[in-house]
Amino acid sequence: MYHYSDFDRDFLAERNAQFRAQVERRLDGSLTEDEFKPLRLMNGVYLQLHAYMLRVAIPYGTLSSDQMRVLAELAERWDKGYGHFTTRQNIQYNWPKLTDIPDMLDRLSDVGLHAIQTSGNTIRNVTADHFAGAAGDEVADPRPVAELLRQWSTDHPEFQFLPRKFKIAVTGSVNDRAVTRAHDIGLLLKEQDGVVGVEVIIGGGLGRTPMIGKTVREFLPLDDLLPYCEAIVSVYNRLGRRDNKYKARIKITVHENGIDTMRDLIEARFAEVKPLFSGVDRQMLAGIEAQFARPDFVANTPAPILDPVLQSFVDTNVTAHRRDDHAIVTISIKKHGETPGDATTAQMNLMADLADAHAYGELRISHEQNVILPHVRRDALPELFAALKSAGLGTANVGLASDIIACPGMDYCALATARSIPVAQGIATRIDELKIEHEVGHLKIKISGCINACGHHHVGHIGILGLDRAGVENYQITLGGDHTQTTVIGERAGPGFAYDQVVPAIERLIFAYLDVRQSADETFIDTFRRLGAAPFKAALYPQEKQDAA
Amino acid sequence: MSRNRPFTPKVLTANLLRDGDVVYYTESDRWSLNLADAEVLEDEAHAQMRLVEADDPAVVVGVYLADVIRTDSGIAPAHFREDFRAAGPTNYDHGKAHGQRPGSEV
Repeated sequence: MYHYSDFDRDFLAERNAQFRAQVERRLDGSLTEDEFKPLRLMNGVYLQLHAYMLRVAIPYGTLSSDQMRVLAELAERWDKGYGHFTTRQNIQYNWPKLTDIPDMLDRLSDVGLHAIQTSGNTIRNVTADHFAGAAGDEVADPRPVAELLRQWSTDHPEFQFLPRKFKIAVTGSVNDRAVTRAHDIGLLLKEQDGVVGVEVIIGGGLGRTPMIGKTVREFLPLDDLLPYCEAIVSVYNRLGRRDNKYKARIKITVHENGIDTMRDLIEARFAEVKPLFSGVDRQMLAGIEAQFARPDFVANTPAPILDPVLQSFVDTNVTAHRRDDHAIVTISIKKHGETPGDATTAQMNLMADLADAHAYGELRISHEQNVILPHVRRDALPELFAALKSAGLGTANVGLASDIIACPGMDYCALATARSIPVAQGIATRIDELKIEHEVGHLKIKISGCINACGHHHVGHIGILGLDRAGVENYQITLGGDHTQTTVIGERAGPGFAYDQVVPAIERLIFAYLDVRQSADETFIDTFRRLGAAPFKAALYPQEKQDAA
Repeated sequence: MSRNRPFTPKVLTANLLRDGDVVYYTESDRWSLNLADAEVLEDEAHAQMRLVEADDPAVVVGVYLADVIRTDSGIAPAHFREDFRAAGPTNYDHGKAHGQRPGSEV
């Protein structure tokens, strides 16, 4: 893992001192709210519906156990005993007092964490494959590249006032778990003739106008990564529309100018900026890579699993590690009926302890709002599962229908137009009552409480979008979305549903799938691709089917 | 505000500067955590005057007028967004407005 240098520590201390002074000046009246708001946003402090919210970046989703313990401590000392893991590998605290936030930031800095650029029209937290460094299908660990990008983009003087926010995701596997094609820049590390390079994708994004990113360079030498990214953001900074907030993201810039024009402009700019990079970026990457050395794995011989409950957990929550005697364990933060992504102080502390005991002190946060222990000795799985279960963290539902992404929605978010969390809770509870999710199998349900699509509803197999229709919560359902390397934007099924009709509608969809699938091996999305939307629409709108008969 | 539409009852609401709590402006020129304590504004000119009076940047952030309706048990938000602001989130029973006694002015 990357460890802060003296430069990093000094930078953060200075930045935190600045923010502390800014808060003091706001409280004593020296700063107006209009002057203070952009300053607090630059430090991850929002004012939401009920309270301030502090969004802390977890760079590329990687945490040490010590960092996780500090996240737990913040929840206990300055919040309401829990934190909310988000779809951008951040953690949000929903209830801090403005007067406490400087102390929270100081405590975070003790373990190399911060909230800088978790808001504003800047380059946000760089996200990555949550199985990075552990996955068996990995060409290269994406985290050193992500860390290099983090250092480059943090406080980058040219990119603090972009036309709009800017998100970068990196993956090093052919199986894309980082939703790279739905990011402003998506980076796919790949190998060609034994050399690792990067496929560069630009102009992806969800939100009001969902678009799948387009490849601008098929294979960029790794050495050129920073100057090329600098060229992309520089071109966007110049061309991106500042006249209309809804047309300001790079996806619109690419759409309006065309990928070929954008490529020409980026390549021209790249030729200008490349000589300015003296090679220090490559030296830095080499230094960073050395810090991401794998742990000294302990060889072990696991006993056969005889406990069917443990076997069920392993079947859903465990992924193949690059070593046969280790496993990647996904801890579901989606116990049926609970708030997706919320972990209590006790749970965070336990996960940190378990990481130390069984996983070389490392954790990851996924964009799917779960926590991952990336390197677990297989002989420790029984003990690990028992400990997780005792803390309400043993739910065997990863990748299943109740493993739902849900944004905070109108329960917390000032931008939301409807609630997300109780819809997710309702669906998960109903699925648990029906005891069908293991029979249903792989199914991605994603819920957003507004058109900004933080809940990634566009790329859910079943997507749910909450809207305000004439003063009433209303939910549109989309079908057939795909967040992987074969990214697809889901299609809207038809008229929306009232709040109390969403759970029954999803239940009908699931039973329709069970009725029409060819076999238990045919997943929901495969069935949808084979048959199209018709049988699912018929299940969603049975009255219309009758009317048409 | 449109002059063609009749003025509907409103309250003044904001978030406290220091801790972000949702608050409502009372007849006694104080901020309360409880919607029930809010002064109900029935007249546009009066509402605009009170909006100016209430907007103390040393105490609150983002003062605005929110629609309310009168019910048998008092006033209630006209829109569901204001319901959640008044009562707290629906996934936990720990909104700051929960458990506050009437008259708990700040």
